[in-house]
Amino acid sequence: MPAETPSLASLYRQTVLEHGRQPHNLRPMSHPDHLASADNPLCGDRITLYLQEREGILSDVSFEGRGCAISLASASMLTDIVCGLSPGEARRLAASVVETLGSGKGGLPGELAALGEVHAYPARIRCATLAWKTLDAALDGAGRPAGTA
Amino acid sequence: MSAQQASASAAGTAPLDVAAIRGDFPILHQQVNGYPLAYLDNAASYQRPRQVIEAITHYYTHDHANVHRGVHVLSQRATDAQEAGREAARRLLNAAERAEIVFTRGTTEAINLVAYALRESLRPGDEILISQMEHHSNIVPWQLACQRTGARLNVVPINARGELELDEFHRRLNARTRLVAMAHVSNALGTVNPVAEITAAAHARGIPVLLDGAQAIAHRKVDVQALGCDFYAFSGHKMCGPTGIGVLYGRREWLERLPPFQGGGDMILSVSFDHTEYNELPYKFEAGTPDVAGAVGLGAAIGYLEGIGLDAIAAHEDALLEHATRAVSALPGVRIIGEAAEKAGVLSFDIEGIHPHDLGTVLDHQGVAIRAGHHCAMPVMDFFHVAGTARASFAFYNTHEEIEQLVAALGVARRMLA
Repeated sequence: MPAETPSLASLYRQTVLEHGRQPHNLRPMSHPDHLASADNPLCGDRITLYLQEREGILSDVSFEGRGCAISLASASMLTDIVCGLSPGEARRLAASVVETLGSGKGGLPGELAALGEVHAYPARIRCATLAWKTLDAALDGAGRPAGTA
Repeated sequence: MSAQQASASAAGTAPLDVAAIRGDFPILHQQVNGYPLAYLDNAASYQRPRQVIEAITHYYTHDHANVHRGVHVLSQRATDAQEAGREAARRLLNAAERAEIVFTRGTTEAINLVAYALRESLRPGDEILISQMEHHSNIVPWQLACQRTGARLNVVPINARGELELDEFHRRLNARTRLVAMAHVSNALGTVNPVAEITAAAHARGIPVLLDGAQAIAHRKVDVQALGCDFYAFSGHKMCGPTGIGVLYGRREWLERLPPFQGGGDMILSVSFDHTEYNELPYKFEAGTPDVAGAVGLGAAIGYLEGIGLDAIAAHEDALLEHATRAVSALPGVRIIGEAAEKAGVLSFDIEGIHPHDLGTVLDHQGVAIRAGHHCAMPVMDFFHVAGTARASFAFYNTHEEIEQLVAALGVARRMLA
């Protein structure tokens, strides 16, 4: 097996599979302060992210959508990680996470570290970044659809 | 007697010598992630035999110049080479004459050409009749035409097996229908549509018919005169030819009636600032320097397929599809998407609890190349309530061993992900 190809087990870690099977905070929100939707044109998957803000802090984060194990796990972890941050902190984190998922250089927060090998699967990077780009679009406030490239 | 031989002899053809055929395809002989490559993504694009690769290399090594331009030897050779490709396409489709073969970039451009040219004659309330199983390339060009003219799409539904609802087709054919545009074979489901019956019914009302042949051309003998269709579109890369070249067959009376698609060199007889006289068929629709090497490669691919024989190809692929359908259906949690009585070359399926994208990655890790996603047919996915499917698609160079490799890889994916 070529050295540059990591094992499947490094992509589908147990944490990723568990989040993929039973995503956290997979529910709609009736009156979100921020929301955005994005598509993954490769597979037709779609995600909608909902955020509630209380006194400058993201107090509730949830999402709806369908997707592969990678995109669902990434979105599920996002809802855990982002809750409690300010919108500005969340946006800075989203930018850094998108960069790290694509390059494989740098650390990832919390359980998201389990997705650290996704950069070795170029076709799957956008599955992992979809939720984080949607987060950026939601907090951008413009309500524009998030790019997914 | 193997299933392959039984099926081949039932069709009255000798079984294919698949090992010898595979010897013609250099790309098939490689390891992917430590496994022998099992290329089962032929509905997306075929691989090329060295005869096609060598024809293109020979053309660029010895014969290239611009066509229809020079009086010098190379220009004449290039022109002859392009026209030989056109003649091969005429022969493949059994078109009445070479002038009815228009080169395009592929099926998509061929359909766009007709949609664009037909636009001038569309009026508000006119209808284009398509089906629910169309590829996006046989939906969006008509939507664009409708947006600009006030015409509308009328969509014939499919049933749970993924077959066209023929009663609905007949019911929806009406006095406002200006064109019927249908897939010959569905890329997402493998369904073979009853295109002769469709064409006869449309013609009985004086309505022209366009057939999207992208997914049919390498699997079945196509005779446009026997079918009676007015337009037939296909792509080179889905039949062992190069990417970037395709064909629009159009019956002469229609090609003469339609206005040009793009303007430029080659499609004109004379140009002044007051008036331009268009060239004769098929050049009226071929503006600019064409993909000559593409036409050369296409001609070589057609010659290669003819050498094997499309009946023998169909028999071998039907045996592969039957084998794959039986073996994959037997796995727990599998749902086959598309169970038409007549299918060609495509097995679309869903495994409970596994997203097709994850399946594609795990299969790739075991050397098995399939397509995972919506297959550019989102309305089909909506109909079956799935985001996408996993799709294994077969060519004449695939083997029964590759199907066993697919089935074994699916077992690994189930243990890992389900």
